[in-house]
Amino acid sequence: MEDIEAIAMLQDPVRRRLYDYVAAQDHEVSRNEAAESAGIQRTLAAFHLDKLVDAGLLETDSRRLSGRTGPGAGRPAKLYRRSGAERQFSVPPRDYRTPADLLAEVAEAARLDTELQAAARREGRAARAAAPVDGLDAAKVLLSARGYEPRLDDDRDALRLANCPFHALSERHPVLVCGMNLALLEGLMEDAAGLQVRMDPRPGMCCVVVELSKNNVS
Amino acid sequence: MTGHHLAQLNVGTLKFPLDDSRADGFTSMLDPLNEVADNAPGFIWRLVEDGGTDATAIRTSLGDDVLVNLSVWESRDALWDYVYRSGHLDMLRRRAEWFEPPKAPFQVMWWIPAGHIPTVEEAVERLELLREQGPMPCAFGFRDSYQPADADSALWRPVAATART
Repeated sequence: MEDIEAIAMLQDPVRRRLYDYVAAQDHEVSRNEAAESAGIQRTLAAFHLDKLVDAGLLETDSRRLSGRTGPGAGRPAKLYRRSGAERQFSVPPRDYRTPADLLAEVAEAARLDTELQAAARREGRAARAAAPVDGLDAAKVLLSARGYEPRLDDDRDALRLANCPFHALSERHPVLVCGMNLALLEGLMEDAAGLQVRMDPRPGMCCVVVELSKNNVS
Repeated sequence: MTGHHLAQLNVGTLKFPLDDSRADGFTSMLDPLNEVADNAPGFIWRLVEDGGTDATAIRTSLGDDVLVNLSVWESRDALWDYVYRSGHLDMLRRRAEWFEPPKAPFQVMWWIPAGHIPTVEEAVERLELLREQGPMPCAFGFRDSYQPADADSALWRPVAATART
């Protein structure tokens, strides 16, 4: 499916609600759960969820939720998660990924990490909202707006970033791009009272964690 | 995929001797990061010098100031997650503090039959091959996506690998 058609699928408010819900979860979502979240009937949710799968916006898996197998274990439930595929559409056509990739390749070969980090830090400072970030909640709003999909961790003292806005580039040039990302976030969060930004990469997540400063945690 | 593992060599030219205080940031991270590697999903083996816990004393034809790091993994993704999605990434970010900028490719990977333990000579030979001829099924980098079958079907083998089989 063309990117524009896939993106257009999200025009429908019910689909959009379902998509946003599935994307925001840290687990795969059943039809029942999705239906409940959107306040619609299960069959209607199933219809829209499968439309989103057809468009490549969601992926699906079949698994028995009970964990049992064999006859009597029940029908496997269809589970949904956000697809890893990226969709972009620009009018008129523009391609920024190719030059970004080429520039990164050259910067990496020339070992311009330090220079790139300095530029990213300046960019972060400049882009910072006028209002200071005064805690995890404010940081969450700022990071959400920049596409990081921050999630408060169980201890409620750190934000884990479920999405890397530079994903494709960071897969190809991890050291350069993750170093840049850290510096950008350091710039964005500078002067944020009681918060610190640190690299703590984990599979499938953005490489950075935003947490309460050690000297702020009792 | 079960019949093959992925071997990887990476090398770095030290700016200072390892006992120089300017290398402390690097040397102090070695033990914790090796522990992360040993416990990483898909880790199989890494080169360790006799009586040591790492490979920092091993020298090759690449030079007296060149450190080598040789390891074996279940898959490319397992290796990738360790190198770029663990505490190891933060060390890489700071690599310019301790290592000279590379003038040539500094890492190489290749598929090996499961159970084979690569020698450091074989590894260096693969790296030199990559440097001289670019990526190919028997010597490639993270950017390339050669599969074990590609290596099996390639007629050419490095000298060191052929000599032992």
